[in-house]
Amino acid sequence: MPYVSLILGRIGKAVIVLLAILVFNFFLIHAAPGDPAAVMAGEAGATDQQFLDDLRERFGLDQPLPVQLWRYMSGVMQLDFGYSYRQQMPVLDLILDRLPATLLLTGAAFVISLVFGILAGTLAAMRAKRPSGSIIMGLSLLFYATPLYWVAMMAVLVFSVMLDWLPAYGYSTVGAGYTGLAHVGDVAVHLILPALTLGLFFMAVYTRMTRTSMLSVSQQDFVKTARAKGLAPGVIQRRHILRNALLPIITLAGLQAGQMVGGAVLTETVFAWPGIGRLMYEALMQRDYNLLLGIFFFCALLVILFNMLTDVIYRLADPRIKEGVA
Amino acid sequence: MTLLSSVTGRLTAAALLVTLAAPASAQETPQSGGVANVAIQPEPPGLMLPLVQNAPTQRVAGNIFEGLLRYDTDLEPMPQLADSWEISDDGLTYTFHLHPGVKWHDGEAFTAADVVFSADVFLRETNPRTRAILDHVESIEAPDDETVVFTLKQPFPAFIQAFEVGTMPMVPKHIYEGTDFYNNPANNHPIGTGPFEFAKWDRGSVIELDKNPDYYEDGKPYLDKIYWHVIPDAASRAAAYENGTLDIMPAGSVENFDIPRLSGMDGSCMTEQGNEFFNPFAMLWLNNREGPTADKRFRQAVMYAIDRDFAKNVLWNGLGKVPNGPFSSTLAAHDDDLEQYPYDPDKAEELLDEMGYDGKPVRLLPLPYGETWTRWGEAVRQNLEDVGINVETESSDVAGWNQKISDWDYDIAFTYLFQYGDPSLGIARTYISSNIAKGSPWNNVEGYENPKADELFAKAAVENDPEKRQAMYDEVQQILHDDVPLAWIMELAQPTIYRCNVHDLITTGIGLNDGFKNAWIEQQ
Repeated sequence: MPYVSLILGRIGKAVIVLLAILVFNFFLIHAAPGDPAAVMAGEAGATDQQFLDDLRERFGLDQPLPVQLWRYMSGVMQLDFGYSYRQQMPVLDLILDRLPATLLLTGAAFVISLVFGILAGTLAAMRAKRPSGSIIMGLSLLFYATPLYWVAMMAVLVFSVMLDWLPAYGYSTVGAGYTGLAHVGDVAVHLILPALTLGLFFMAVYTRMTRTSMLSVSQQDFVKTARAKGLAPGVIQRRHILRNALLPIITLAGLQAGQMVGGAVLTETVFAWPGIGRLMYEALMQRDYNLLLGIFFFCALLVILFNMLTDVIYRLADPRIKEGVA
Repeated sequence: MTLLSSVTGRLTAAALLVTLAAPASAQETPQSGGVANVAIQPEPPGLMLPLVQNAPTQRVAGNIFEGLLRYDTDLEPMPQLADSWEISDDGLTYTFHLHPGVKWHDGEAFTAADVVFSADVFLRETNPRTRAILDHVESIEAPDDETVVFTLKQPFPAFIQAFEVGTMPMVPKHIYEGTDFYNNPANNHPIGTGPFEFAKWDRGSVIELDKNPDYYEDGKPYLDKIYWHVIPDAASRAAAYENGTLDIMPAGSVENFDIPRLSGMDGSCMTEQGNEFFNPFAMLWLNNREGPTADKRFRQAVMYAIDRDFAKNVLWNGLGKVPNGPFSSTLAAHDDDLEQYPYDPDKAEELLDEMGYDGKPVRLLPLPYGETWTRWGEAVRQNLEDVGINVETESSDVAGWNQKISDWDYDIAFTYLFQYGDPSLGIARTYISSNIAKGSPWNNVEGYENPKADELFAKAAVENDPEKRQAMYDEVQQILHDDVPLAWIMELAQPTIYRCNVHDLITTGIGLNDGFKNAWIEQQ
């Protein structure tokens, strides 16, 4: 079974890559100035040596760096990601607590950007020489070039503060106590602005890429053949051009999907979305080493997973790609 | 002299509260009910106030926990868990009479044994600031369930300022005694005696506090619930206040350039009160050890070169106060007669000429606490360059700033410090030479050494005679004023912005950190 051995080989490589990433991140974080004890003492507004020593001992920061690394890595091997110094909770609990919100946001943004990006790109390719095509491309250029946080702030100003149609921030209505369907609806309403904001950039990218790719495929000989044998234009677009034009899109979608855990820091901050991105940013600012390393681990894991998934999808989309050929 | 405060104390305190309350509400009777939506930023790391001392924890957990005393806006003590108290004439014995019938949130009785445990065991181990204060204490005893006696080693008049909830919060002995304080499961569901109980915490979103139905003050608290909304972005917080989701924006949650807009909205009120106990005092650390800043004339030149009124009016919306010396004006020991350093660039240049400043660049480290501080760094840089000082601005995040200050790796650096109501608690630490030690950004990091100042601070702290004490504090203020160990740039006023239908929100000098027990919402 060449397929099985391929996958096993991939998994073996992935584990090595993951461990290497952890070790690298470990040293990178410890190279940053300050440590969690100093940050916590600093926030307390008063401190003495005893306080700092107590904290460092409690966190194990009084040990030499190799010992700390050894302790951490042997913990990870047993799927123990340690304790967040600051939040006084197991890292895994904190991450699992925040993961659903982030996956919901980035997943929604992913679907929105992919569906509408390919749709708009296809339209733009079909109407490449008409004004409507130019309008689509102009808009996508605008979304592509506008900073995300600015779009987010403007969306809040217009839709929340001025029009009062959508909530300005958060995951659900505080204190509403919705359950069941009402809760789902409530979360969905809160999701609209952040998911659109996050999705716009990638949507623009997909639009441009789909259009370019489709235009270049439509010049190829097999398309001319298809036309010559009298196939309907719609069929040619769908089955011959679009399907062949999708490969670069899949590559890019794989990349975007890999960023689903850590890629929404700005959006989560502006919309106070209780996700992993914010947790990561705060952990970085507070030098919460264990928490930060744990989040990095999950980010890396997801990137690797989606890379593997992308390879599988390549094969489905284009049966010509086989092992050793790609 | 015996200070006695019981029923009368409570009455005068109540009378005082009424005069301090928001103007329109003074005569109205509080109404029960309603929910307060408050911004909190950054998210607190935990709510176990006796363990975690940072600002957002104090702000939220001040509703859950209580101290023996509170302090009015003149920093005079008021009853809280202690109904009354006496200080012996020799200043050595402090006796507190506890309010009878107080219960912890889990229903257990609060007694003098809890006070002894909190102060003598728990806080001595966990809280560096309280530990330093308790160094003055010889013994803490509970002769009966409602009386606690602190016996001091020597007189320490500032001791009466040490019973506020952030400094000496009461810890339930029955939950913590004999346990590992840091890993006690109750840390995630803190139990206090306060007007509100911990209900729920959705990390990253909201902290929910419920009214304590068995609170020992009749009818209080008035609010049913408090929601603390965690919103990391300042512009989003402002938008949430503008669209009506939030009712209360505590000090520091609004960027200064947004203050006029938010406070100018219809039905929006603003107060500077509640700042008196902490009185954040902004200063520039000047490294006294090396470089141009080691020269007194250079440090004086910095005082003349900086246009502090400009910073106040442009960056801080005209709020706050330009200090005339090392003591903030809310302290009783403050010397009003100290001569102000005026903005006088010519004088600064003169001093620089006199010392023969050779143009050696100095490093300026702003405080990475948001946009206003960044802009302030730019303004100070320009002021210094105007008088011919070469400035290199350094940038860092909070952890990096911390590290640089703690390692004395700076020439000029922004900071601000709390005053804690008494010079021996909030001010001496910055100037006495015994407090020079690497590793903390809050001690004598400028490296100032003056035996005379050391002696005056040491003697004044334990002087029981107010007049003698004041004479010493006057002298030390004059010495520091001339030596300029560091530059005093602003007594910060960080206002609280709130809907005008919220009444009696801030009734003490500790402000929102003192809890919402008096706050009520006027229903339409």
